[in-house]
Amino acid sequence: MPLIWLVIATSMIAAAGYVLGRQRALAGVGGQLRNLHSLPSYYGSNVFLKVVVPAFGLLIVWLLVQPFVIDRLVSQTIPATEVSEGSSMGLVMSEVRRTADGINNAVALGAMPREMAEGGRVDFNNFTKYLKDAGQIVTNDLTQTIVGAAQRYNVLRSNGNLMMTIAVILVALAGLGWAVRETNPEFRARNVVEQGVRGLLIASASIAIFTTIGIVLSLVFNTMEFFRLYPASEFFFLLEWAPSFSGRGGASSLGVLPLLWGTLYISIVALLVAVPIGLFSAIYLSEYASPRARSFAKPLLEILAGIPTIVYGLFALLTVGPLLVSVFGEGGLLGVSWQGGGRAVITAGLVMGIMLIPFVSSLSDDIINAVPQAMRDGSYGLGATQSETIRQVVLPAALPGIVGAILLAASRAIGETMIVVLGAGAAARLSLNPFEAMTTVTAKIVSQLTGDSDFASPEALVAFALGITLFVITLGLNVFALYIVRKYREQYD
Amino acid sequence: MSDISAGAEATEPKRAKSSLTVQGAQTKRRNAAEKRFRVYGMAAIAMGLFFLVVLAVSIIRSGLPAFTQTVVSVEFTITQEEFDTAEATLFKTRAYADYFNTALVAKLEQRGLQIDFDEAAAERIMGKAGGTIREFYRANTDKIGTPVKFELSASSRVDGYFKGRVQREGFVDSRFLMLGDLDLIDALVDADIIKQTFNWNFVTGADSGVDNPGGAGIGASVIGSFFMMLVVLVLSLPIGVGASIYLEEFAPKNRFTDLIEVNISNLAAVPSIVFGILGLSVFIQFMHLPQSAPLVGGLVLTLMTLPTIIISTRASLQAVPPSIRDAALGVGASKMQAVFHHVLPLAAPGILTGTIIGLAQALGETAPLLLIGMVGFVARGYPEGFIQGFTEPNSAMPAQIYTWAARADAGFYEKAWGGIIILLIFLLSMNIIAIILRRRFERRW
Repeated sequence: MPLIWLVIATSMIAAAGYVLGRQRALAGVGGQLRNLHSLPSYYGSNVFLKVVVPAFGLLIVWLLVQPFVIDRLVSQTIPATEVSEGSSMGLVMSEVRRTADGINNAVALGAMPREMAEGGRVDFNNFTKYLKDAGQIVTNDLTQTIVGAAQRYNVLRSNGNLMMTIAVILVALAGLGWAVRETNPEFRARNVVEQGVRGLLIASASIAIFTTIGIVLSLVFNTMEFFRLYPASEFFFLLEWAPSFSGRGGASSLGVLPLLWGTLYISIVALLVAVPIGLFSAIYLSEYASPRARSFAKPLLEILAGIPTIVYGLFALLTVGPLLVSVFGEGGLLGVSWQGGGRAVITAGLVMGIMLIPFVSSLSDDIINAVPQAMRDGSYGLGATQSETIRQVVLPAALPGIVGAILLAASRAIGETMIVVLGAGAAARLSLNPFEAMTTVTAKIVSQLTGDSDFASPEALVAFALGITLFVITLGLNVFALYIVRKYREQYD
Repeated sequence: MSDISAGAEATEPKRAKSSLTVQGAQTKRRNAAEKRFRVYGMAAIAMGLFFLVVLAVSIIRSGLPAFTQTVVSVEFTITQEEFDTAEATLFKTRAYADYFNTALVAKLEQRGLQIDFDEAAAERIMGKAGGTIREFYRANTDKIGTPVKFELSASSRVDGYFKGRVQREGFVDSRFLMLGDLDLIDALVDADIIKQTFNWNFVTGADSGVDNPGGAGIGASVIGSFFMMLVVLVLSLPIGVGASIYLEEFAPKNRFTDLIEVNISNLAAVPSIVFGILGLSVFIQFMHLPQSAPLVGGLVLTLMTLPTIIISTRASLQAVPPSIRDAALGVGASKMQAVFHHVLPLAAPGILTGTIIGLAQALGETAPLLLIGMVGFVARGYPEGFIQGFTEPNSAMPAQIYTWAARADAGFYEKAWGGIIILLIFLLSMNIIAIILRRRFERRW
């Protein structure tokens, strides 16, 4: 693994730089510490930073850029005629990359002679045989051009890696030289180092921005690609979701409305479970419960929020679903046969509601506690009972905050994935029956992107359009909820 | 004053007599409403706790069987001669299976049991035993001639018979198991040949194929999760702490800072599946990092965990009183020194606690892992080395649980529940460590 050695080498240069800088500063004043501007360790740190930051910065940028440059260079060598009907340059290039990796593996395993891996023209049958011997998957698409391109790809990649190693080491040494040279007793090392550290702090704070940009860009670009292949009006207004399977051709109907309805319906069921239970728990815990009962019940309820969603998903699929079928299904306890299978809106909604109870309860709890005691005392003074005080004074005062809490819970419900993937079913329906299986936006993102459909097809790209829909809805709900909560908090501060 | 009270007294006789000791109708109604309201509250909490108990019971009840397995245990000796003959035959494993069956029958006869026993039944009960035995002797040739105790895991159906999945009532003969086999199994249990043991393979082993639920283990995906958490820890702790220090201690109030703040609070609310999309398109499509690798999973989970860590770190930085900073600045420390030498060490326990809780969240997260391909992959073994641990495809605990839950064979459901028990043990111990740290090092100023 050359990369790890490069990292180790650079780190060692940096460590040597630290010692060197420190010693040079000390030597400059003949060991008289008070004649130095900064403490000796700052001179060392200065050298260290000037080695590490540019070298690793270059390394990261190089690693990001190199694949592009190589892709571009190699794809220029592939004639357009090689790209067959129904395929694209991207697919050919991924074939090339796969073959290139295959050649490397085959050489590493000793299944293929090195000359053949690097040589220009090869005996084709032998070549594929060697690849197969090395356990590589060889498809029919393998042609002489692709093999040539793969060889070129490998050459470029190893050249690139070599150049990268040299460049990074050079930059590290240059940083070392520069920093050691500028080390003298008057050099304001502490200020420089502190500036550098401050820059690193700003950089780490900016990661949040880059993440958001990354999310938005990856969603927007792929969504635009999707809308180029599939009309946007149909995506937003078509009442049918019926993707055709890849390779089969045929028109897909990719209307988002049935999915949105499923998402909404399941979320409503979840909130119908979570809001009454959560709200009443919060009221009881903050207004009635003794401190002991509170310190016992509150953490227990919050355990529900700490359980991973995959556990709830399994709970829905294997426990709640069959249980509901045995009540509402054919030959069930109620003698009605409403529910056909375990996967249904009510299964997913119920389990999701259980998951949301602590969200509603702890947020509402905070908000109810924030209502000033003076308002309660005023109400008691007028002769109201405790429940009247709660209903007519505390809750109205806390209402905006509680609405905010419910909206936050709703946004979680809409974005929840595992419970609906396992508990809600796969069929998109526009139906009002809660005992039927429906599907949601999140479940379809998973199924469209983990299926075997070709990545450039509208059936896969639709996931990004669904993702952006989800992103916008949850973001809107959150911003709105936080706005309400914040506005409310200011009232009593 | 007196006028008013006089007037009030004048109207008094018109109202019905009320007494402080006897409740009026309205008071009764109000008190009943009060009581009802209280009961609603208690019922809500009881309901919440009831759900928790149901969840816990169903996890434990369905998951515990995954930790036991049914084994057929027989001690027998193979001589050098027998070994050579077996190796010389065409169906080598068949020869070994014959030895095993002979030993089994001998054992039964020794105990005075006479049971109809044919090869096919033996194969139905313990699968193809010959291969395992042959492999053992080929690897340990020095064991030839000495008695060796074999514990061969019984087939999935037999296992199911012990765990209640397969029952005598309504039993349908199939090529996997016949009704007659059940009698044989009962007899073998009486003879102490078939017994239940702790299933170490489940804890340490790797995933098996779709048709062998008995051999599936979660060990490999625990390793995958471990490497992922290593990536998350190494990246999100320094970045999160750096970002929090900047925002809390240095950032001027300006638009850039506001932008960062808004971004962090929004990222905390972005659905996890969207992070999966980000990981897929940026790390896999754009940067061509290896699919299903713990490295990619770790990167995605880092981005998800950052807001959690930043929020808790900022809270613990805020909790350090300003007098500490003032004192440091007062004796001539620079701002940076005040923060790194004094504030940060004092905030460290809080930061650590927040980080552990963030890691625990990341450990249980599944949805983003589905999109970066951790599900399609069957983790058949441990990674070969430390570096390969990051870059070779592997599974992670939650992804492995999902994979099992999605398989058709009901034998895997038990494994999925068992996996959940292991996952929850990890989460629980992480949270307990966080609580202990908080209790032990928490400072009240």
